[in-house]
Amino acid sequence: MSNETPLWEVFIRPRNGLAHKHVGSLHAADEALALSAARDVYTRREEGTSIWAVRSDAIVASDPARAGQNFDPAEDKIYRHPTFYEIPDDVGHM
Amino acid sequence: MALYRALIELADDHLVLGHRLSEWCGHAPILEEDLALSNFALDVIGTARSLYAYAAEVEGKGRSEDDLAYLRSEREYLNCLLVERPNGDFAHTMLRQFYFAAFMEPFWQAALTSDDKVIAGIAGKAVKEMAYHIRHTGEWIVRLGDGTEESGVRMRAAVVALHPYWEEMFAVSDCDVLPDRAALRSVWEANLKAVFNGAGLDWPEPVYGQVGGRIGEHSEVLGRMLSDMQYLQRVHPGATW
Repeated sequence: MSNETPLWEVFIRPRNGLAHKHVGSLHAADEALALSAARDVYTRREEGTSIWAVRSDAIVASDPARAGQNFDPAEDKIYRHPTFYEIPDDVGHM
Repeated sequence: MALYRALIELADDHLVLGHRLSEWCGHAPILEEDLALSNFALDVIGTARSLYAYAAEVEGKGRSEDDLAYLRSEREYLNCLLVERPNGDFAHTMLRQFYFAAFMEPFWQAALTSDDKVIAGIAGKAVKEMAYHIRHTGEWIVRLGDGTEESGVRMRAAVVALHPYWEEMFAVSDCDVLPDRAALRSVWEANLKAVFNGAGLDWPEPVYGQVGGRIGEHSEVLGRMLSDMQYLQRVHPGATW
């Protein structure tokens, strides 16, 4: 095991009913200190009601070099956007 | 004036500790703790402000919270000696904060039901802050005490250095709307023992307690701290920004 303090990604839920959103990262030795540090660094201005912290090395990330093959094929498939429907007035705001 | 005096004792504890914590700003070992220590400072300075404002009202001489904080001399400060202890290393600061929070959390808990509505109000806010300070500093004490050889040595040195300052916190203040300090000892010790056990720290042998803060007799370090803290108001009286 390395002597580096592990990096953690922090997710905050701003209000009940909303999803946790990534807000940044921090260094902490373990779970308890990571949550504590997340609270101190990222919720000082009433940003949240719940915190998730996850070890950065536990995240599997897509390879930026493969961004082309991953994402470009969706470019010309505009029919996947639900914009070809008439929305009845009664539905209101969607 | 028993209430005024008891409020000043409490307020001075919070302001002096808050200033000590603020001295870490920009100097903490890691960014995360730099923010945590500044948060702690702001928590206790916030409580100090409420207490000074109330003390000024009780006194009824037209003084403001700023007058009480910036225009009293060292001998007029009634804080306990623990809070004026220099920051030392991170272990010292964590332990000093833990001792303070482990005392104040049950104090405010008991004050929630005070007949004095202002005090009950201040307690409602402070009790949550102190609960968090206990948790955060307790986690660090466990990790430093039971961490590397170096961190263990430093943590044990902090226990030795701060041990003489326990006793003064329990000195009774004669005021019936504030909790009885002496009665908080068992909760305080239980808080400490849980963390000491986790940290592998020995319970310190009784020593001769250092007292004097409550009658304005301080260690030399307080004067230097106040000259720093009060500088601006002393040099530019009435300055605002």
